[in-house]
Amino acid sequence: MEYEVVVGLETHAELATVSKLFCGCSTKFGSEPNTQVCPVCLGMPGVLPVMNKKAFEYALKAAIALNCKIREYTNFDRKSYYYPDLPKNYQISQNYHNLGVDGSMDICVHDRVNRIRIHNVHLEEEAGKLIHPEEAGADYSLVDFNRAGVPLLEIVSYPDMRNVDEVESYMQTLRKILLYTEVSDCKMQEGSLRFEASISLRKKGSEKLGNRVEIKNLNSMKSVLKAIEYETKRQADSLDRGETIDRETRLWDEVNEKSARMRSKEEAQDYRYFPEPDLLPVVIDAKWLDEVKVTIPELPLARKQRFMEVFKLSDYDTSLLIEEKILADFFEGCIKIVDRPKAFCNWITNDLLREVNDRKLDIHHLPIRPKQLAALVEIIEKGTISSTIAKEVFSEMIQTGKDPQAIIEEKKLAQISDEGFIEAVIVKVISGNPAVIEDYKKGKKNALTFLVGQVMKETKGKANPKMVNELVQKKIDA
Amino acid sequence: MKIGKKDIEYIAHLSRIELSETEKETFVSQLSDIISYIEKLNRLNTESVKPMSCAINATNVFREDILTSSLSLEEAQLNAPAANGVFFKVPKVIE
Repeated sequence: MEYEVVVGLETHAELATVSKLFCGCSTKFGSEPNTQVCPVCLGMPGVLPVMNKKAFEYALKAAIALNCKIREYTNFDRKSYYYPDLPKNYQISQNYHNLGVDGSMDICVHDRVNRIRIHNVHLEEEAGKLIHPEEAGADYSLVDFNRAGVPLLEIVSYPDMRNVDEVESYMQTLRKILLYTEVSDCKMQEGSLRFEASISLRKKGSEKLGNRVEIKNLNSMKSVLKAIEYETKRQADSLDRGETIDRETRLWDEVNEKSARMRSKEEAQDYRYFPEPDLLPVVIDAKWLDEVKVTIPELPLARKQRFMEVFKLSDYDTSLLIEEKILADFFEGCIKIVDRPKAFCNWITNDLLREVNDRKLDIHHLPIRPKQLAALVEIIEKGTISSTIAKEVFSEMIQTGKDPQAIIEEKKLAQISDEGFIEAVIVKVISGNPAVIEDYKKGKKNALTFLVGQVMKETKGKANPKMVNELVQKKIDA
Repeated sequence: MKIGKKDIEYIAHLSRIELSETEKETFVSQLSDIISYIEKLNRLNTESVKPMSCAINATNVFREDILTSSLSLEEAQLNAPAANGVFFKVPKVIE
């Protein structure tokens, strides 16, 4: 039978604050275990949580960017469950009055814009990290509470996705929005951004949703897509055999690329949510909302559309430019100085990105500023250096951070437009290649190209190519 | 609301508490008494009373995003029933 897959995603993003949600412990990743803990995040009796204002504002910012309705009144709830990574035996989260509800995010799949609805956006605290020793027969697990209490944003979508392309675009778009709004560093390898998928199948053409299966332990976007493909097949096979799909939680096994029922979650969850009495409610007035709103930059999709429209750049070029906010910002910085969009786009998406990859540079700490690249493009336009030499200058700029003019002077790279000098080189090249001249006279026109190349080589690429072309032609026709 | 033995067993399980049969009997009657006592509140008309989650009439209490000192590893582990090097040690978690 033909089925349609229906996917919803739950996303967790660690917020980019320096301190935890309810205490002043550091959120730094990779420190020695259990050194960023205090009585509050260890859940000692009698301690009181105090909300980190920045974390709340980051959550608010993300909720606004995802077009959510912002509740004027919001509060927090206790979600009770016993698990060793949760020191208080409850997680402070939101259930009854989520910060943002009924939002949406536009994704772009195969040049078509699709709107995915967002059910809610809320703020909660992160749990600790469990480590399962690999030694055979180990009857214990280990806990690191450094992560416990780190502010976590949860974004719950509606089951609005129908294929892996849409899911991939949703994840990429959401990641970009969180990066553009600077609320999370979204480092998946450090667990700052995680996805859980709800997957169900229904007969093609049917409106009724099937029982959904939740998949956890998805460590990368690739895993999410693989898990959806696997689940689609598994559920379809099951349905074809006349079986029913249980509503359950399954764990993704990254090594064997399959999902398996999660034993510990077999029993129904009973979180007994109730309002958190240790935290005061938060009232968001219009003034505060406006203050946060103005901190939201132009979002990736809007920026892409503007770049295509205003700068007449291709879909592909703009996709590359907006991939990282810092690159799009760099591009706009250049454009303000010299109006050469295509040239800057090429320099940024080809040369700059290549240098960043080759030299393993941090894209957020680029060694050059937009005005330096703008200066380089101006120098090329003036004809001071050829585009080949420009690549060399650019590489040197990346390495040293120096201005292009300084590099050109230091290395004497300025283009030679001295007619007498170029002629002298041409005479030398012609006299060294009598056979080529013969060929030319017999009608082999590409002999000209060869001679021009030789002249450029002699001058280490510094001769003005246009002049070389004209002068060589003149010389051998004479 | 009637509290039965099943309810007590369910709550005990959620709280990871082991109860003997006699204890279960005791709690069935004690919890039933408590609930019936509180049920008196149902007689009140609360239609115009807003739900309250906090005893203080205040909102928007925040701290700035500033680091304060954490405990040392030794201090952090003082109350731990078991530790293993830099970690807290817990019974094996099966997933």
